[in-house]
Amino acid sequence: MSEILAFRDVWVEYGDKIVLEKVNLSVAEGAFVSVVGPSGAGKSTFLRLVLGQEGPSRGSIALDSAPLRPEPGRDRGVVFQRYSVFPHLNAIENVIFGLDCEGSMLRGRLSGAKRREAIDQAQAMLGSVGLGAAAKVYPAQLSGGMQQRLAIAQALIMRPRILLLDEPFGALDPGVRLDMHGLITALWREHRLTVIMVTHDIKEAFKLGTRVLAFDKRRHDPQAPHRFGSTVVYDFPLDEKSKRVVPAEVAAMGEAAPA
Amino acid sequence: MHRLLNIRPTGGTRWLLGAAPLIVVLLVYLAASTARHAVNPTDKLLPTFGAMVEQVHVMAFQTDPQTGTIPLWQDTLASLRRLGVGLAIATATTLILGLVIGVLPLARAGLGPLIAGIAVIPPIAVLPILFITFGLGETSKIVLIVVGVTPFMIRDLAAHIGAIPEEQIVKAQTLGASTWQIALRVALPQALPRLLHSLRLSLGPAWVFLISAEAIASDVGLGYRVFLVRRYLAMDIILPYVAWIALLAVAFDLALDALSRRAFPWAHPGRAR
Repeated sequence: MSEILAFRDVWVEYGDKIVLEKVNLSVAEGAFVSVVGPSGAGKSTFLRLVLGQEGPSRGSIALDSAPLRPEPGRDRGVVFQRYSVFPHLNAIENVIFGLDCEGSMLRGRLSGAKRREAIDQAQAMLGSVGLGAAAKVYPAQLSGGMQQRLAIAQALIMRPRILLLDEPFGALDPGVRLDMHGLITALWREHRLTVIMVTHDIKEAFKLGTRVLAFDKRRHDPQAPHRFGSTVVYDFPLDEKSKRVVPAEVAAMGEAAPA
Repeated sequence: MHRLLNIRPTGGTRWLLGAAPLIVVLLVYLAASTARHAVNPTDKLLPTFGAMVEQVHVMAFQTDPQTGTIPLWQDTLASLRRLGVGLAIATATTLILGLVIGVLPLARAGLGPLIAGIAVIPPIAVLPILFITFGLGETSKIVLIVVGVTPFMIRDLAAHIGAIPEEQIVKAQTLGASTWQIALRVALPQALPRLLHSLRLSLGPAWVFLISAEAIASDVGLGYRVFLVRRYLAMDIILPYVAWIALLAVAFDLALDALSRRAFPWAHPGRAR
């Protein structure tokens, strides 16, 4: 499989505080990468880098071999833990939003035949995440799990190169979370997605991922803890066998970083 | 036995509780007025309801032979026009500047301090400047309302837009939205209910500025009339006028609230249940 995302010697520093150091990484197209690590180990910073919310202090990030512009763009879809959907739009309007922006620079809203076409497309997408009957419902009236389904549909309709998930199921009930695991796995297979998911749930990471990255500090200076940054300390490519056994040192990470 | 704070009035009880203080106030007034009139039948300070009704009849239903108009309607029309034009300009300005400042950090850095500076100036203190600049006509009164309420409204709206979760703004960008599209389709719709809300809150100050300007220099208007008849201790005109102003203010407030609920149901989820 070809490389879709590459980190070359990436550092992130705020003043004299080093958050990430020397991250080297290559993500293959079609991978489902789970990112775990204790709180403050740079998981979120890593995601912000891929998303383009900030740029690296040193090093380079490439998406499809081209340098990544430090700004969010439509080649990277995202689902956050909360606030991923627009509260003033109903479900189908939320899904059409991306198509609206693409098709109408000035009004940001399609009309006529194009809009009907977009509505059909969005309705199909809502159906595939199990929200076919909730097209006219506003997010405030949807449950947490349904809001996340909506957020996924909204991102997928733009066919992003990479789908970024930031603790997407962290706020959901265990039962709902299980349903969502099935849904995201099915969508990942069906749409041949490349997924990067940040989670604090180690079991979830190993269950869903084809590869698990663990971020943590390699070195620790007790006098100046901020002077060493985190990096990828474990990188597990998963086959079916290793999926059954979670390495003890990684399992311990999860205990150390509860929700 | 429930705790006191858990007892919630519903339906008729609620209306009764709301009406009771009003009725008490009216009864107290009635008693005081009757007592004063028993001592001095020509008392002007607490006119009887009969005298007030008589004056309402004169002011609201009879043409003034000197001007050929009905005073109450003439005053109401003049005041509402000033209030309406002033608030319309204030709202339009707020929408544009609030949106720009709320969405663009560059605009916030550039315009924020200026607007914060204007907002701390007591508007009545600049009234003389307005009278000198715009004359004593309609313009200065309208400008006073605009200057009085706009900075507050802009700051409120910009802060509200600035508080839209960053996740939403990032999400919109990942869906390919430009700055303009985010302003138009994410920030603007979420700003509108807040704009109506801050317009409601601004109605009170706007009335204060209107009455002040009319009291100082005007020849028609609700504030003008009240301050005019004060010279004759005409409480029997002043009190109905004040009640009328209160009624108008309450009506506008309710109308704006109803408009917001109707136009932006998503912004009022509490009442849907």
